[in-house]
Amino acid sequence: MSDSVDAEASVLDRLRGRLEGPNTYGNSLTFWVGFVVVIGLLAAYPQTTDPYTVIQTSRYFALAFLALSLSFIWGYAGVLSFGQVAFFGVAAYTFGIIGLNFSSATGIMAGVVGAVLVGTAVAAVVGYFMFYGGVRDTYVTIMTLVIALVLNTFMAQTAGSEWAVGAAQLGGFNGMDIPSLTLGIGQTGFELERAALYYALLGALVVTYLGLRVLVNSSFGLTMVAIREDEARTKTFGYDVPFIKLVVFTIGGALAAVGGVFYGSWGNYIDPTVFGIAFAALPVVWVSVGGRESLLGALGATVLIERMRTELSSGIGPIGSEWALVIVGGLLLGVILFMPAGVVPTVDDLITQLRSRRTERGQSTNTPEEAVE
Amino acid sequence: MIDAAATPLQLSAPSLGALLFQFLNSFGFIILATVGLAIIFGMMGVINLAHGEFILIGVYGTALTYHAGIPLPLAMVAGVVVTTIFGVIVERTVVRHLYDRLLDSMVATWGLALVISQLLLIVFGSSLDSISTPMGSVSYGPFSSSIYRSIFLPIVAVAVLGGLYVLFTRTEFGVKARATIKDPETARAMGVDTDRMYVSTFAIGSALAGLTGALYAPALGSITPNRGSTFLVEAFVAVVVGGPSVIVGTLSASAVLSVFNATGSFFFGTFIGQMLLLLVAIVALRLLPDGITGYVKDWQQRRRAEQ
Repeated sequence: MSDSVDAEASVLDRLRGRLEGPNTYGNSLTFWVGFVVVIGLLAAYPQTTDPYTVIQTSRYFALAFLALSLSFIWGYAGVLSFGQVAFFGVAAYTFGIIGLNFSSATGIMAGVVGAVLVGTAVAAVVGYFMFYGGVRDTYVTIMTLVIALVLNTFMAQTAGSEWAVGAAQLGGFNGMDIPSLTLGIGQTGFELERAALYYALLGALVVTYLGLRVLVNSSFGLTMVAIREDEARTKTFGYDVPFIKLVVFTIGGALAAVGGVFYGSWGNYIDPTVFGIAFAALPVVWVSVGGRESLLGALGATVLIERMRTELSSGIGPIGSEWALVIVGGLLLGVILFMPAGVVPTVDDLITQLRSRRTERGQSTNTPEEAVE
Repeated sequence: MIDAAATPLQLSAPSLGALLFQFLNSFGFIILATVGLAIIFGMMGVINLAHGEFILIGVYGTALTYHAGIPLPLAMVAGVVVTTIFGVIVERTVVRHLYDRLLDSMVATWGLALVISQLLLIVFGSSLDSISTPMGSVSYGPFSSSIYRSIFLPIVAVAVLGGLYVLFTRTEFGVKARATIKDPETARAMGVDTDRMYVSTFAIGSALAGLTGALYAPALGSITPNRGSTFLVEAFVAVVVGGPSVIVGTLSASAVLSVFNATGSFFFGTFIGQMLLLLVAIVALRLLPDGITGYVKDWQQRRRAEQ
């Protein structure tokens, strides 16, 4: 009996060992207890609230993949992309195109795979051109934004009926219909909608978050951070910097693509605004506010900021919906100026400081003052 | 704008003329859209993502004073002044804190861009009345081109670059500004007020953005709060292709890009023209990661080393 408990404990310990490390915030038992409690609360959430809120929350979860994608490449490898929405949108469009042409459950499941593959491949091609071309820093940021903006221009002019792929009309600014996610084989399938979609997204998000934690705390994650801190030195140690950046960027593209598929099937609709400058700004806002070096911060900020935007869309008192973007932009500006690391790292710093002050005070009774310096 | 006649196009004298005017139109546009951004980026390393919105402030300043009954040239001056003042305020409150954090400065100026365009929408509504383009147009064969866009603006664009060249190489201010950018500490030790140089450089960049806005206010058609991004793509691509040297980079990148843009637009429509622009930029980046001027500088250094 006690043997099996020990074995269980050691498995858990080993699991925690993989999930924890210098690259993530929240490396304590308290954190994990809190984590499980929050997941539990989120799982119970649909039972306690109205269907509209559940549907909206599913949207925040779909967008959270975009935040994870940016946090992963910017926070850990120092590659700031303003164009993650490009891979997000490309995947959503691809999913729609495949889904509309092959509307059986098998077709839709193939659409998910195809869409994620296409989004990832686009990221890989863009990444190859940039990183093997020696494009660095601000240039990467500009190029990615330009790619998103050009896709915006391109999709905007596809309103005519000649812009169709099989049965799928691209539709320009009228948008394109997208089927719901369906699990199944042949014609029989289970459509993921409302609460089912919510749970699917919650599960996918938790698995992705934990997977990314393992990744950033692995030796690959350490190399990513080394590149972020000093690219030239990492290269001197014999690491293939362009290749690692390409891998990181491709993983980021895959995450964005997964989010795009969920987002498209959530609304059964996609239009070129996903490539627009206002939408492209949102991931940057979420990740900057939450803390780019914290995956959890990015997730939390996404849900909170998007929730705030939803509330504002009906207006609060004298503040109408048109002020939402002003507030979001102002928030971004304020965080960069006054809290450059973002909320989670700043709060974590404060907690560490408070703790060390407390232990210092405890020690200072029997250590002379000078020793502190 | 050039009204492309019915296809197929023959390479006759009028159509070659039209192609030339299309090139000049695009050349002037890319230079003017880029120059303010390039000054701030080339001298200070800061990418101002609110550049499109700075231009927009120039457009709005010009259009609002013009609609209030002021003659167009004076309204344009007002547009430039408003944008310059705005630029100085932004430098003092936001950008100065971010000189050593370049990626952060991009993110912060993007936040600023969102705020500006949305505030313009809230305050002035979804569009302003357009201003008719002055100077009329020239007709030849089946084509016609706007004199203002295809002749006047390219001349102004080249004159602006010439003026900047003189300012930064021949005046005491220019030397001090370049010294500040190269080595701020030594410049300070030599008695240069570096803080003032940063403000002035940013103010010049903003004034140029304002000038672009003022000049294009009567050439944009409808004036809406999202027109800022019209300028953004061309400006970014030209800065990236041009590389670190401001004046030569802007000039050479604009020339190269507008050849592709004009040819594409002329034969296949403006959309293909813009796609071609991006394609050229991506290929150029793959081959010349530091832009045209970066490559030229490398080549000169290698040749010197060989000698």
